[in-house]
Amino acid sequence: MSKQLTDVEDVLEGAVKKHGLSVVPLLQEIQEHFRYLPEEVLRMLSRKTGIPLIDIYHAATFYNSLSLTPRARHQISVCAGTTCHIRGGGKLIEEIFQLLGIRPGEITSDGEFMLETVNCLGCCAFAPAMVVDGKYYGNLNPGEVREILNALRKKAVS
Amino acid sequence: MKIVVQMTLNGLRIDVDEGMTILEAARFYGMNIPTLCYLEGLSPYGACRLCLVEIGMPGQSKLVTSCTYRVEEGLVVRTDSEWVIKRRKMLIELYLATCPSSKVIQDLASKYHVTTVRFTPWHEDCILCGLCVRMCAEQMQGKAIGFAHRGSNRRVTTPFDKESEVCRLCGGCMYVCPACQSRCQGPQEEQPVCNACLNLQQPCLDYFEDKMCFMDPCVACELDANREVKAKRRP
Repeated sequence: MSKQLTDVEDVLEGAVKKHGLSVVPLLQEIQEHFRYLPEEVLRMLSRKTGIPLIDIYHAATFYNSLSLTPRARHQISVCAGTTCHIRGGGKLIEEIFQLLGIRPGEITSDGEFMLETVNCLGCCAFAPAMVVDGKYYGNLNPGEVREILNALRKKAVS
Repeated sequence: MKIVVQMTLNGLRIDVDEGMTILEAARFYGMNIPTLCYLEGLSPYGACRLCLVEIGMPGQSKLVTSCTYRVEEGLVVRTDSEWVIKRRKMLIELYLATCPSSKVIQDLASKYHVTTVRFTPWHEDCILCGLCVRMCAEQMQGKAIGFAHRGSNRRVTTPFDKESEVCRLCGGCMYVCPACQSRCQGPQEEQPVCNACLNLQQPCLDYFEDKMCFMDPCVACELDANREVKAKRRP
């Protein structure tokens, strides 16, 4: 337990040194390490930096890319913005449901994949788009989604 | 030395200190502009939109929130023009649908003669005016509550929805809340609009584009009512 705690201290120390008092980069850094934003860590961050806890909570709940609950190993974000919606973003979500059996906001039972919709990925020219583990995929059709996810699954098995 | 700017408020030439907002200037000269999210001593927020006023000459005018708009030299402001009243009534109707249990909003509806609500009542207990959040942060130096989530899920809460460590239970948030005070019939009343204190019809509005009804209550209404009574008496 104590080793874990010093780990957290180190992460916070590094994050603060790197980003100063900018809340969102700090939270992104923490999320990168823990895959989500644990409540205790945010409380420690507030104590360490003097940023009011409510401001941290506000930012953490405001952005879709920040999560207060544990996330899966592979994060699938399908764009549900206007352009992607019109160009078949819904079909991608349907395909993912057929493959993995999860709806937006859900995690597969093995904790491997999590699906979420985001309001815009900022690349409407490539609609419909999705992001898997930080990598952007554009001009998608359901078949390509199947290929991408199957490749990830194979990687997980091997 | 204070710099004074000259502006026109409801057709009246007035001198105002530079840096004042239109709302402050109007209230200084005794013209009431309704607000829900404004409180003296807290930073203006511009969220409730009720303090809309029309600025500029007719034809090129636009609506701005008077609580955040600073006065300028030669500014022409109308606080109760037909356009403003129309928008304000719409806002009040929306607020009524959001939070019909609030006495402050019911009173506004009666005052502005809003008698119907065309939207499905939500029965929220918050209108997200942010007064409590600013009260906590700016006056009490507490920062115990704030907004969380976004869009239609936005709400006022404490961190992690748990009891806050920094809250001193001062009650300032409840003191400033416009939605906390229950309407006269109690919060469970089914009708979304009360209208027990319904204002007289504001007759000026039909006659003039620039409504000058800043007398509170409006004398013209009484004059007009008398005229109607007299007209009826005539055979």
